Amino acid sequence: MTDTAAPAAAPRAPALAGRVKAAAILFVLFALFPPIVTAAGDPFLVLIGTRILAYAIAAMALDLILGYGAMVSFGHAAYLGFGTYAVAILSSYGVSDILLQMLGAVLISALFALVTGAISLRTKGVYFIMITLAFGQMAFFFFISLSAYGGDDGYGLSQRSTLFGTQVLENDLALFYATLAVLIGLFALCHRIVGSRFGRVLTGIRENPTRMEAIGYSPFRFQLTAFVISGCMTSVAGVLLANQAEFVSPAFMSWHRSGELIVMVVLGGIGTLAGAIGGAVAALVLEEVLGMATDHWRLWFGVFLVLMVLFSPRGITGLVEQIRRRK
Amino acid sequence: MSRLDITHLTKSFGALKVTDDVSLTAEPGEIHAIIGPNGAGKTTLIAQISGQLASDSGRIALDGRDITGTSMPDRVHLGLARSFQITQTLPGFTVLENVALAVQARHGSSFRFWAPVATEAALNDAAMRALTEAGLEHRAEARASALSHGEHRRLELACALATEPSVLLLDEPLAGVGGEDAEAFVAALAAMKGRFTMLLIEHDMDAVFRLATRVSVLVYGRIIATGTPEAVRADAAVRAAYLGEEEEASA
Ligand SMILES: Nc1ncnc2c1ncn2[C@@H]1O[C@H](COP(=O)(O)OP(=O)(O)OP(=O)(O)O)[C@@H](O)[C@H]1O
Ligand SMILES: [Mg+2]
Repeated sequence: MTDTAAPAAAPRAPALAGRVKAAAILFVLFALFPPIVTAAGDPFLVLIGTRILAYAIAAMALDLILGYGAMVSFGHAAYLGFGTYAVAILSSYGVSDILLQMLGAVLISALFALVTGAISLRTKGVYFIMITLAFGQMAFFFFISLSAYGGDDGYGLSQRSTLFGTQVLENDLALFYATLAVLIGLFALCHRIVGSRFGRVLTGIRENPTRMEAIGYSPFRFQLTAFVISGCMTSVAGVLLANQAEFVSPAFMSWHRSGELIVMVVLGGIGTLAGAIGGAVAALVLEEVLGMATDHWRLWFGVFLVLMVLFSPRGITGLVEQIRRRK
Repeated sequence: MSRLDITHLTKSFGALKVTDDVSLTAEPGEIHAIIGPNGAGKTTLIAQISGQLASDSGRIALDGRDITGTSMPDRVHLGLARSFQITQTLPGFTVLENVALAVQARHGSSFRFWAPVATEAALNDAAMRALTEAGLEHRAEARASALSHGEHRRLELACALATEPSVLLLDEPLAGVGGEDAEAFVAALAAMKGRFTMLLIEHDMDAVFRLATRVSVLVYGRIIATGTPEAVRADAAVRAAYLGEEEEASA
């Protein structure tokens, strides 16, 4: 049984190992960032770095469903919001431990993702995008109406979260490295999920849901599980972000923010995890740099994004892989 | 090996009655072929039996158990697998991964989030066995999107086999497969005869008459004859409605 017309085996998808290496390089660079900027006399940049790392966590969590599950959630900022408000609300009740706050954020996010995901997943394509956007906006307006926590104006935190009863996170360096540790831990988790039985089913549903049903999988329960995991991880980023900003407001969960998360993932290259991390760095660094240079930075960022999508549809990851192949 | 009973099944698309009061039985271990002209409603019937399409009325039973209302994935778990006339693969996956995923559906939970699946020997071994049976083991590491048409047909078969069916629905497995290749494919199917029940839709009459235990003829959504290949070949109504056309066309 031979097919003469069979083309030669296509090269395998860029090895997962390569992606781990890319992520490892990023993590080393992140770890070196504080001493470098401190030596350069700009220690305040550490706080901006923390913000970037927190968004990298959120973007990576979104990539888990967007890249691997083809679920374009346009309401993911809601989970950032749950994370930030978990800090504000729990602290006001005397629960200042960051791990407990993360637990609270994860629980409420799991519940929200379970309910809204179960409804959203009844739709497909652009309808899924719209319905997740609508749920995100509902969460947004709920916190706007929460006058006890400042409503529209937001709510300043009197102090950062505690860790094991200490105030260690008041130190910007400690907060930076704690955020980096969470990023690395969640990357490892995402990486294992993607390569697991569950991850293979999730990716298979992205590739062809009809085939998956024909071999015995109901896409819904796998997609919903991934949706919940992603929402929970994003809320952890929110907890860290609230500590970085020492301020919470509904602005963290506006639909612009959801759009920015999607931009980060697409910019980095969807379905690569490391790409989403790189995409978050690129987007936020560009925002800072362009923002300093011109008031019209959003316009220039838009131009950059269009060029990127046109010339490297697989984002920064695609660009890097192209350059490495040419060498 | 299971028994498949279909009674008074119907399906309409708007005013078009595509499945019109179809009743048929696939006895345990037999190859029951369904032949019929283009547009007769063969694929629609397979879609109804597999659970991809809901029927308007009628009953489908597997070993006497009513499965009319169950979903396609649930039917797979009950032992009812199908192949597609228009190939459905996971294009970005390797051939082995495509089949291993079908094995995984029947072996253990898929809600495992930590252990790497790529190195699960039990899954890969079972997948390789299904690939060998379908004659595609030499392409295990190729990406599904890189396969030729004939290889795609084999991947379809391998995926269905990997679900360990007791009833297998095959929708034109030989479509577009020519010459020696078709020979080998028919031989592979013949070797499986008796291991599970097969409902085989096929246009290739040589293959049908070689493989089938019984043949049903579907025309405009109705079964007009059922019997042994010889009896069906001799049936006047069948000759008029279907076989005659073919012979004229090939003459
Ligand atoms: N989803 C649908 N909506 C409307 N009409 C449909 C649909 N699916 C099939 N049909 C029509 O139903 C009839 C039967 O189609 P079906 O694909 O079942 O035929 P078939 O016997 O498998 O044909 P072939 O030999 O070409 O594969 C055709 O007239 C087709 O156009
Ligand atoms: Mg058909």
